[in-house]
Amino acid sequence: MSRGWVVVWQHHNEMLSGLLNTLWISVLAAIASLILGAGLAMLLMSRRRPIVRIATTFVDAMRCVPFLLLAYIVYYGLPSLGLTLDNWSAGLSSLILYNTGYMAELLVAAWRSLPVETIEAAHAFGFHGFGVFRRIILPPVLLNAAPMIGNQVIQIVKDSAFLTIIAVTELTHAAASIQSTYYVPFAAFVAAVLLYWVLCLGVEQLVGFTDAVAERRR
Amino acid sequence: MNPPLLEVDGLRKSFADNVVLDGIDMTVARGETVCVLGPSGAGKSTLLRCLNWLEKPDAGVIRLGGERIGMRAGGNVPMRDAELARMRTRMGMVFQHFALWPHMTVLQNLMEAPLHVQHRPRAEVRREAEALLQKVGLVDKRDAFPARLSGGQKQRVGIARALAMHPEVLLFDEPTSALDPELVGEVLSVMDDLRRDGMTMLIVTHEMGFAREAANRIVFIDRGKLVEEAVPEHFFTAPRTERARQFLARYAGTSSGPTFSRMPA
Repeated sequence: MSRGWVVVWQHHNEMLSGLLNTLWISVLAAIASLILGAGLAMLLMSRRRPIVRIATTFVDAMRCVPFLLLAYIVYYGLPSLGLTLDNWSAGLSSLILYNTGYMAELLVAAWRSLPVETIEAAHAFGFHGFGVFRRIILPPVLLNAAPMIGNQVIQIVKDSAFLTIIAVTELTHAAASIQSTYYVPFAAFVAAVLLYWVLCLGVEQLVGFTDAVAERRR
Repeated sequence: MNPPLLEVDGLRKSFADNVVLDGIDMTVARGETVCVLGPSGAGKSTLLRCLNWLEKPDAGVIRLGGERIGMRAGGNVPMRDAELARMRTRMGMVFQHFALWPHMTVLQNLMEAPLHVQHRPRAEVRREAEALLQKVGLVDKRDAFPARLSGGQKQRVGIARALAMHPEVLLFDEPTSALDPELVGEVLSVMDDLRRDGMTMLIVTHEMGFAREAANRIVFIDRGKLVEEAVPEHFFTAPRTERARQFLARYAGTSSGPTFSRMPA
């Protein structure tokens, strides 16, 4: 077994590059899905029924598709519709599509729990349209939803491991390739798990920081 | 007599089958303090909320300084959101539950709309906001978040926030109803200062003592209709209508003298 750890250490460059790729794709997916999720949340809270129906359908679809299948469809399926993406773009788009629905859901939940009067006050003070959302609704929604957003980001980090099946060279891919070459499954996979854990601790730190900001306003 | 600043003509509003405002006509002159009294559910809050179109009236005309609100002049074309928003900035509103923006400090609450709606220069807005906090006695709370304030302090911030917009008229929607009794005085005292400064105010309230001492005119509303309109002296001592008499009799029992007299010096 100690041979396993020696082998993993000898290939720490590959593990590290896998870790950075996981970090990179997760950060991009988290930011993009949060921004798109905020946009989708606006549609879900729209007064126009058809818009709400379309947005709800998208959210429901994303909630019911297994992520692995979504990644397969985007990478292997879309080319037959004439849209070919390289493995990185396919992986990133799948993560973004999938998590936009979840982000929108949790932002809407936080939005619904805002006191209605603060939004009315925005209208009474001359805010209208997007300004109400950007200045009065979104900041407290983000603060209140921070713990839920953190959970979702951890989900993104973990889901990114699936992307190894479409040959995105992230952390799981690196661990799998080391173990299959040298047959050191225990060391390689446990090392990967520990590195995922480090990423999650990082996310939790960020959530803790945001929560402190929110707490002073509660 | 000054020409009216605010004119309400035939205002009607129903929610489903429930007629809340059944043809209200009234005016508020520049510099006047008008208190709107009436039993709960009489339509007082709805009246106030229709004035700046937070509720869309079913019928009727509202004018501020001669300009029509909600509808474009001379027609039945509704204003676009941006036009309506611009009209709303001319009327300050103070809410029963304060409605301060929780993610901003007290000072930021005051500066938010002047900066991002009126686009006035930051230095000027800041100077004015600080002066307003001085005026309502909350300069030391400028960097506090609303959640850390007492109800009375929140409402004084609410008033200062409305004043920061330089409104032509201030609308108060039961500004002291959500306050603990011992905090009512500090808010009424600020409102009384504004009256003395010549601010035009339309106040929905249950504070009979304040209405009697501070109002130029009382408007009594019951079941969606303007039932009686009089100077406080007449309204409180010799109401002309039976409904006003009943209302006052009920209040004489519950209100332990004028709250206003408990005001801090």
